[in-house]
Amino acid sequence: MLNLLVQSSINGISIGTLYGLVAVGLSLIFGVMKVLNVAYGEFVVLGGYISFWLLTFFHIDPFLSIPLVAILLFIVGSILYKTILANVSSMQEDLRLKNSLLITFGLSLMTPQIFTAVWTADVRSITPAYSGTSLAIFDYRIGFIPLLSIITCLIIVFALQLFLNKTYFGKSVVATSQSWKGARIVGINVDRTYLITFGIGLAIAGIAGVMIGLIQSLTPVVGMHWTLKALIVVVLAGMGNLWGALIAGIILGIAEAVGVIYMGQYASVIGLVFFLLILMFRPQGLFGKS
Amino acid sequence: MSKYKIYLLGAIAAVIILAVVPVITQREGTLTWFILTLLFIALAQSWNIIGGFAGQINLGHAALFGFGALVARIILPMGVPFVVAMLGGALAAVVLALIIGLPVFRLKGIYFVIGTLVLAEIMRNVFGNMFPNAFTLPMPMIAKYSMVNRYYVFLVVAIIATLACYLIRYSKLGLALMALREEEDAAKTSGVNVARCKLIALVFSAFLAGLAGGAFVYYAVGIHADYIFSPLWTFNSVVIVFVGGLGSIIGPIIGAAFFVLLQEFFILFIPGGFHLIIFGLIFILIVIFLPGGLIQFADGIGNKIRMKYAAK
Repeated sequence: MLNLLVQSSINGISIGTLYGLVAVGLSLIFGVMKVLNVAYGEFVVLGGYISFWLLTFFHIDPFLSIPLVAILLFIVGSILYKTILANVSSMQEDLRLKNSLLITFGLSLMTPQIFTAVWTADVRSITPAYSGTSLAIFDYRIGFIPLLSIITCLIIVFALQLFLNKTYFGKSVVATSQSWKGARIVGINVDRTYLITFGIGLAIAGIAGVMIGLIQSLTPVVGMHWTLKALIVVVLAGMGNLWGALIAGIILGIAEAVGVIYMGQYASVIGLVFFLLILMFRPQGLFGKS
Repeated sequence: MSKYKIYLLGAIAAVIILAVVPVITQREGTLTWFILTLLFIALAQSWNIIGGFAGQINLGHAALFGFGALVARIILPMGVPFVVAMLGGALAAVVLALIIGLPVFRLKGIYFVIGTLVLAEIMRNVFGNMFPNAFTLPMPMIAKYSMVNRYYVFLVVAIIATLACYLIRYSKLGLALMALREEEDAAKTSGVNVARCKLIALVFSAFLAGLAGGAFVYYAVGIHADYIFSPLWTFNSVVIVFVGGLGSIIGPIIGAAFFVLLQEFFILFIPGGFHLIIFGLIFILIVIFLPGGLIQFADGIGNKIRMKYAAK
């Protein structure tokens, strides 16, 4: 029994870091722009599909395709910001929330149809040659891909943290998230900051999508599922807390993986109930400051 | 003639026209189209109470609709008249609203939005797993299934919902709700019991949503628990209210008619799921360029015409 628990937890960690990474991107967009992007999961799926194509047609290794996917998703994000979100981002904050919710909902109506048209409704997964191999640690096994994915997630969150805290541009992003009016007064180009933040947010979604395609599978309609997971983790961790999001993601991943043993198909409810309880008693999140 | 009288006459005319529709045509396609419109009018009006008047963006509306539908569906085969089943569903939704209302309204802003969304997902997950098989209407009911019957049920539900919205809008409760929508702290200082008003708004909203749910399971021959709790019910209501005009009475009606018209039109002419792409696009454009909804657009045109006459 203990073996099963530990093995489940290991699997939970690999899924949990992905929950964390997805949440980091969403949290960045919300924290800086005060825009709720309910189409976020759709870009996770898009990233996965792009990587799937790169492997199938050009034989590019999924992990090596990550920078390419990130750049493509960044471009998609910039275009989307300029066309549909720039308008909203100059509104008052409560209006921003409502209108961005509606606009991105409209987007999430469209994307599954586009995905179905381009990639068909079949279940796709990204399967490079090494997808079956695993490493042994004592009595337990961890797949080669989940291990690489955990490392990639950590590197990306670390790099993002470094970017936000150490670079000039990153600091302007943090300043904008604290007060966009103040940022504008001291001469920060808020519009450009939003554009780049949205691009980075979607790039992170795409990167997470590549690894989700490797570990799980992709269908045109799973986008909403990932949006919801990301929202749960973001609220668990508290808004705008990067490492907190990663840890909350891992907690959720383990809770679900272990929960399956005891509760079967009801396991995904645990995360949700847990989430509502946290929301009620610690509205600032597990790691947030009140 | 006063503005009030014009509205009243218009409403009576609309109800009479809608009431004679099945006399004129009994084509199932046409009736389905009307039934969907009436269903969405009822759902949108019920969301309008909590979202439009009280300003609480509740993304858990599907939970109320689904729970009402589910309970009505369980009561229906017991041999009671369907009106009893519908009322049972509506009351069940009210009970649910009372249970979730207190904890949920502790949440503010974005947390309320996400919290209600997650709540509806919990319900979908639990009931979807609990009832994996599709419910079908009892055999005797299917045997004498009549579309015209259903049409009148939905007409009555839509009228009740619109009337309820109208009465709330011009009552003391409506004033209190709009006050707390604009500025919660200010409303509190002026003596509005914010928590109680929100809860009452949610209860009314739940009753109407549950009623619509009960009507829906009476109409749908076979139905899956997973489907009646689908977040799409919430999103459709929200979309309709925003497109029509948030917090107005006529807005959701125009929005629902527009929504169903567009949806059916595109399904007819574009095969596959492609109508959703165009629909999503139009929806995004409306939110960007018409933030006040279609009703504001119509008002704007009306004002321009009036200004022209005034100038002459």
